[in-house]
Amino acid sequence: MSITTYTVIFYLFAAITVCSAAFVVFTRNVIYSAFSLLFTFFGVAALYVFLSADFIAVTQVVVYVGGILVLLLFGVMFTNSIMQTGQKSEVLHIFSGMLLLIGMIGALLYTFYTTHSWMPSETTLQGSIVERIGFETMSRYVLPFEMVSILLLAALIGAAFLARFDKSGK
Amino acid sequence: MSTMVISQFSIPFLMGNSLNAWSDALAGFYLFGLPLGLVIIAAIPLVFIALYSLTYGVYGERKISAFMQDRLGPMEVGKWGILQTIADILKLLQKEDIVPASADKFLFVVGPGILFVGSFLAFAVLPFSPAFIGASLNVGLFFAIGIVAIEVVGILAAGWGSNNKWSLYGAVRSVAQIVSYEIPAAIALLCGAMMAGTLDMQKINILQSGSYGFAHFFLFHSPIAWLPFLIYFIASLAEVNRAPFDIPEAESELVAGYFTEYSGMKFAVIFLAEYGSMFMVSAIISIVFLGGWNSPLPNIGSVALNDWTNGPVWGAFWIITKGFFFIFVQMWLRWTLPRLRVDQLMYLCWKVLTPFAFISFVLTAVWEIYRP
Repeated sequence: MSITTYTVIFYLFAAITVCSAAFVVFTRNVIYSAFSLLFTFFGVAALYVFLSADFIAVTQVVVYVGGILVLLLFGVMFTNSIMQTGQKSEVLHIFSGMLLLIGMIGALLYTFYTTHSWMPSETTLQGSIVERIGFETMSRYVLPFEMVSILLLAALIGAAFLARFDKSGK
Repeated sequence: MSTMVISQFSIPFLMGNSLNAWSDALAGFYLFGLPLGLVIIAAIPLVFIALYSLTYGVYGERKISAFMQDRLGPMEVGKWGILQTIADILKLLQKEDIVPASADKFLFVVGPGILFVGSFLAFAVLPFSPAFIGASLNVGLFFAIGIVAIEVVGILAAGWGSNNKWSLYGAVRSVAQIVSYEIPAAIALLCGAMMAGTLDMQKINILQSGSYGFAHFFLFHSPIAWLPFLIYFIASLAEVNRAPFDIPEAESELVAGYFTEYSGMKFAVIFLAEYGSMFMVSAIISIVFLGGWNSPLPNIGSVALNDWTNGPVWGAFWIITKGFFFIFVQMWLRWTLPRLRVDQLMYLCWKVLTPFAFISFVLTAVWEIYRP
């Protein structure tokens, strides 16, 4: 693929991501913002592909679209009268909100302008990334990996316990 | 795993016969500075889905179901009713595009689109031939499992957008079913990935080629490989909402499930998506367990059947034949088995398929480590 094609496709996905993310925030209908998240997640996955992180891109789709988004949609759909009530909160912190916004944009722009160039990695990617990830997870990062597994297992058992059908006899 | 699979017995195309030669040649094809080749690569599976669902999908299913029920099926339009599908398409094209007054217009329109894209995206990593694959990713199999998630969102959009209780029930059932059956399906495919040691679809195929034909397929690779094969086949039936797992569109309870309100071309798009994912799961099961584009015929002495029937064009023939065989089995089951209830469906997934998938996973791992 030539550089132009690359650039065009990149900006296409960047536009999809940014526009759908803006739609998520600005739409008044919660259902629409939930469905719009699909395009945001998809666009972010595509941006991961441009960083040659295929594995993370697919994981992004599996975890966020397949898990979190579906859960979110179910939650929104089964909430009663979600379409009628206004979602605007009565608590407004205009001053501190603006301060936070300006601070964050300023910090991002400062970093962007002070670190001029991209910093390429010293080791180039060779062969399959999946194998490397597997080796690293099972050797150097085995302890964090197992700890996260136990945490998830505990969460799973807790969820199953909470959702269990209460026997009325007891 | 060198390039020994590419034999000389294929039509010598200008693009060459080596691995991924056709798709690489197409990807480098530019017309007036526009990457036309990339569009062509994406269009080939699309045209394939359309052609196959017109011929084998619709007409074949009607004929097969008719013969199974001792009927004749469509007989009026053309000889043996061959032109019936064309007549159906003409009818669908002329139909009024109805959007129900109380439906959520945006979601109603966008739902079938997302659904079709979700089922079509997986075709990007299906190797249609040794020389053709949409995208040769090193996470191909993972991509094919994961991208189904987008289809789920499309089903929810269609069901919710219709603003109809049958549609919503159908959508919720369908999503619950797909999300649950993804687990045994993914674990079963992981067994195949363990046998191959890679997630790259082309490499999985190459590892299953050899002069003994079918004996190299992963289905015969270990004594327990039939278990993940069976589990994935059952789970894939549920993932594409086919009978006996078609409770999302159970006619007797839900009219037609999440596409009750759809008519005309939108209905046709939903059907194309269903036939697309039917071929997708059939192709995945034949790639992971039955050698994909490898010929099942063995070399018998000097009668080198395997060498004669391998190559880019033969590869396309074999993978499509294998896919069509599994689609035939899907149709066969549809007209044989009764529909499961929702609780039976969940029982089968969580208490039968998932434990057995884990058992086969552990046994495959043990076999791979301590293989004699």
